[in-house]
Amino acid sequence: MEETWCYQVSGKLEIPYRYFAGEFLSRFFVELRDHKKILGVRCPTCAVVFFPPRSICGRCLSPLGEWVELGDTGTLQSFTVVRYSEPTHPLQAPFVLGLIKLDGADTGMLHLIGEAELSALRAGLRLRAVFKEKREGEILDILYFRPEPVAKEAGR
Amino acid sequence: MNERVAIVAWAQTAYEACKPHQRVQEMVYEVVKKVREQTGLKFSEDGTGIDNAITASDDIWDARTISDTPVGDVVGAHHRSEEKVGQDGAQAVFYACAGILSGHYDVTLVVAHCKESQPASRNLITNLTFDPFFQRSLGLDYLSAAALQARAYMDRYGISPEQCARVVAKSYNNARGNPLILRARELSVDEVIRSPLIADPIRELDAYPVTDGACALILAREEKAKKITDKPVWIDGMGNAYDAYFLGDRDLWDCQSLKLAASKAYRMAGIKDARKEIDVAEVSAFYSYQELLWTEGLGFCPPGEGGKLLDSGATKISGQIPVNPSGGVLVGSPTIVAGMARVIEAAIQVRGEGGSRQVSKVRTALAHGTSGPCGQLHTVLILKG
Repeated sequence: MEETWCYQVSGKLEIPYRYFAGEFLSRFFVELRDHKKILGVRCPTCAVVFFPPRSICGRCLSPLGEWVELGDTGTLQSFTVVRYSEPTHPLQAPFVLGLIKLDGADTGMLHLIGEAELSALRAGLRLRAVFKEKREGEILDILYFRPEPVAKEAGR
Repeated sequence: MNERVAIVAWAQTAYEACKPHQRVQEMVYEVVKKVREQTGLKFSEDGTGIDNAITASDDIWDARTISDTPVGDVVGAHHRSEEKVGQDGAQAVFYACAGILSGHYDVTLVVAHCKESQPASRNLITNLTFDPFFQRSLGLDYLSAAALQARAYMDRYGISPEQCARVVAKSYNNARGNPLILRARELSVDEVIRSPLIADPIRELDAYPVTDGACALILAREEKAKKITDKPVWIDGMGNAYDAYFLGDRDLWDCQSLKLAASKAYRMAGIKDARKEIDVAEVSAFYSYQELLWTEGLGFCPPGEGGKLLDSGATKISGQIPVNPSGGVLVGSPTIVAGMARVIEAAIQVRGEGGSRQVSKVRTALAHGTSGPCGQLHTVLILKG
């Protein structure tokens, strides 16, 4: 088919914007910034400890308010090596995104995996959070999760 | 259900990588014009014509607030009613059906459009789906989210990359019988496996290609439908269900909301054994693993056996339960449009108009659409002749 030239206009959506986390959720970011603590929240009805924390249980609509301190360690549930590049990415490709079940939580946390051999990545890998030195109250105050050193085989 | 709704006409544009020769309104009008010509219907609210329009589109994809604002003019909504569904087109069909069943409308035009070629990258659009406090700054988008689901599913059930690649090869080869999919070609499993990894375990050919397109259909209540066409395709069942927003709340290897959506649609259509009673299915797999996972969710096989079902040949055009004889989304069907295109392809099968992609003896067809990352919302429709 003959290609005719067609006019186009370039656009860019770029709107300075602020998302309010609200009073409830702000506590999570304060604890992360000031004490390197990762908090979840327990639903008294469903007995589920949620990460990310939220003030309403999506399963039973109970109001949630019981904060639970989660471990800074957890288990890798799934992962991907992101090999393409986008301006939205926090790191240069290739980098690893993981779904991590933090100790004490019942739902998974999405975060970056660092200091890891790509070939050693597998579900079940034990991980530990690496925190930023100067924390500002945002999820990237956790720089990434790194694999825990594998315990030496007990030589009996 | 006493009142029934039928699909009485449909049209699709060709699905191609980029349509610079048409603005969105023209792409939409191309299919609206066709369904009006097929039925001879005018837009009117006096009981003689199309009395409602439902459009499916998305604000961020179109980079326009309330993305249906420019479309109203070409769907008959000049001084008449129109509503938008900002989700997949199968859900727009569901919603349009509900409008008729409520008694409010008689004949409804449903249209979906998306030009995936317009943004610099689809990932920039889908990154905005995610939570701004916990997820967006990680760079997550639908592709990397799908990769996390693919890994979780494949790990849990031992699904192999070759099985996923076979889905892609089947799709491309089936699509050669679909004149609207311009990128259809013979494709080998080996070529899929040799395509570069983009987000492990997803390779370039495991992901659906950037596509522009639109489709339209007309729905009518029973008495009207029978006057408009002698070949109505009845919507006998429909269901939808949502899953949790946060991916970590879900068991990604499962697809609980699809099971629920399907069970509602089956109950409404009186289907007891999906595998036996459904003759063909058009499902929205944006990534190859999804076709396997969705066949499990639809109850065509037990959990974890989607790969086995494929390997058995059951989902081939000549198989017991053919899946995506049209080629499906993997060869090109844009977001938003994908699920409605599945409804249309299922209707084509019910009418026996599929040409070389026609499945033999189709009485009951299933169409599936999904919105949100990793199949958050699922819509299932059951069509009968």
